[in-house]
Amino acid sequence: MAEPLLTLDGVHTHIGPYHILQGVSLTVPQGGVSVLLGRNGAGKTTTLRTIMGLWRASRGEVRFDGRDITQLDTPSIARAGIAYVPENMGIFTDLTVAENMMLAATSGPIDAKRLSWVQDLFPPIRNFWNSSAGTLSGGQKQMLAVSRAIIEPRRLILIDEPTKGLAPAIIVAMTDALRQLKETETTILLVEQNFAMASSLGDTVAVMDDGRIVHAGDMATLVADAGLQERLMGLSLEAHQ
Amino acid sequence: MLMKLLSGDRPASPVLTVLLLVILIGLAFAPFLFPGSKPLETAARICIFIVLVASYDLLIGYTGIVSFAHTMFFGLGAYGTALGLSLGGASFAAAGLGALGGVALAAVLALAIGLFSLRVKAIFFAMVTLAIASAFAVLVSQLSFLTGGEDGLNYKIPRELTPAFKLFAEPVLGLRIDGKVLSYYLIFGVALVLFLTLLRIVNSPFGRVLKAVRDNSFRAEAIGYKVVRYRTAATVLSAVMAAMAGVLLALWLRYTGPATTLSMEIMVDILLMVVIGGMGTMYGAVLGAVIFILAQTYLQSLMGLAEQATAGIPLLPDLVAPDRWLLWLGVLFVLSVYFFPTGIVGRLRAGKA
Repeated sequence: MAEPLLTLDGVHTHIGPYHILQGVSLTVPQGGVSVLLGRNGAGKTTTLRTIMGLWRASRGEVRFDGRDITQLDTPSIARAGIAYVPENMGIFTDLTVAENMMLAATSGPIDAKRLSWVQDLFPPIRNFWNSSAGTLSGGQKQMLAVSRAIIEPRRLILIDEPTKGLAPAIIVAMTDALRQLKETETTILLVEQNFAMASSLGDTVAVMDDGRIVHAGDMATLVADAGLQERLMGLSLEAHQ
Repeated sequence: MLMKLLSGDRPASPVLTVLLLVILIGLAFAPFLFPGSKPLETAARICIFIVLVASYDLLIGYTGIVSFAHTMFFGLGAYGTALGLSLGGASFAAAGLGALGGVALAAVLALAIGLFSLRVKAIFFAMVTLAIASAFAVLVSQLSFLTGGEDGLNYKIPRELTPAFKLFAEPVLGLRIDGKVLSYYLIFGVALVLFLTLLRIVNSPFGRVLKAVRDNSFRAEAIGYKVVRYRTAATVLSAVMAAMAGVLLALWLRYTGPATTLSMEIMVDILLMVVIGGMGTMYGAVLGAVIFILAQTYLQSLMGLAEQATAGIPLLPDLVAPDRWLLWLGVLFVLSVYFFPTGIVGRLRAGKA
């Protein structure tokens, strides 16, 4: 069996006086889409932020590509090959779309072929290239955030609720783009509340509750077992569609 | 060619373009267009303050760092040059050596402040810089054997930069080209080069990261940029530019003292010039410096004329009396900030004026 790309082993994270992650152990295999599910406040976003070093793990270990990254600073983690698309899109609103994209190309000038591919995935990136990112709609901002994460090949992309608050048509476009991205060698760790979308993309799934992983396995198994869905998340895929 | 010189940073407003051209031509031909020592003095101060304000804008406008130590760096450049000329005699070598020492010390101090203080929250960094600048001013005042204390330093500059030196026997376009005019063109030329360098810096990939850091430092970190490193680099670059402006001031005035370089009043003036011109726009530094220094220099005279013109009207002559010029200067700035919250350049670029 191939070495997992990312592993979290008994990770604890405190934010101020609050003990948010209480021993998270998670494995993200190489390639494909791993989905992290769970109700609001379960610790999904904190897990992503802890992987990125934005919150420091107080205990446990985060390993990426066989290397311990628990104590690395955020820029070093990013340069190791992990891109992060935060829930609030994380774009630079004072800068233009072009400047946002150029900033994300940390290893040098943007590769024209790669840019063309990204712009085909998300046409607004081409159409609003010289516009201020702050003037984009919510959906376009989300597209820019994802585009920025993929403008250079990354080993792993952490995406936090990419469809939150978006119109149905934009969700379809976003899902299509992520499906195309899945065809590349990039591994995606996706946090998503929209179970229909998550289940259509995910290969593996982990469910969180109260700062712990309460279930991990194949997405197909969870999709096929309505009872398990009810037990883990209080809803079933059928009820959600 | 012109766009290359401007590093692709178009003024992006016809009115702004015209204003910048008028200022450039006005400063380039100031000795010919505005004869007399006061206009030349004003033009030289404008050139020096454009660099000083633009270097502060690199810090506050492009990187989002509030510092009150900018006049300290300005003073280091000026005192370095002054000490070089005082101790080494009136030669270009002594001035150069002193300037180099002042600029290098400013860079080292900025590096130390950046590395030790930029990890703290913005307000604490501002307080740290305020404390360091105040301590430096006290130190300069107390080291009177070296700095001249509160009286400052008077010194001679190379003869080629003094009015006694005549470049040509005959006037050119009605102007006698003496050392003072040469000194002005030295300041104008160096200021222009420094301003274009700053324009290049803010329009480079490095400048783009600074803007990202200003916009959201956490996001910049998450992309892979070490924010403290970039903030420190911006602090050092800004300090070096401010020190170079100080060098120019020292050469122009032939005097360096706490009141002309280190005072908190100058720090407030710089802040006002940045805000009036428009933060995060290098061209704002040009407009801010020109408007502020012209108002500072000529408002009193204009008000004297207004007082004479309104002599027959009750109350009005008292209101516009020249000794109330500071009050009207304040009113002018309150109004400009009210009507141009993004600065004059921001407003012009938005196409609203």
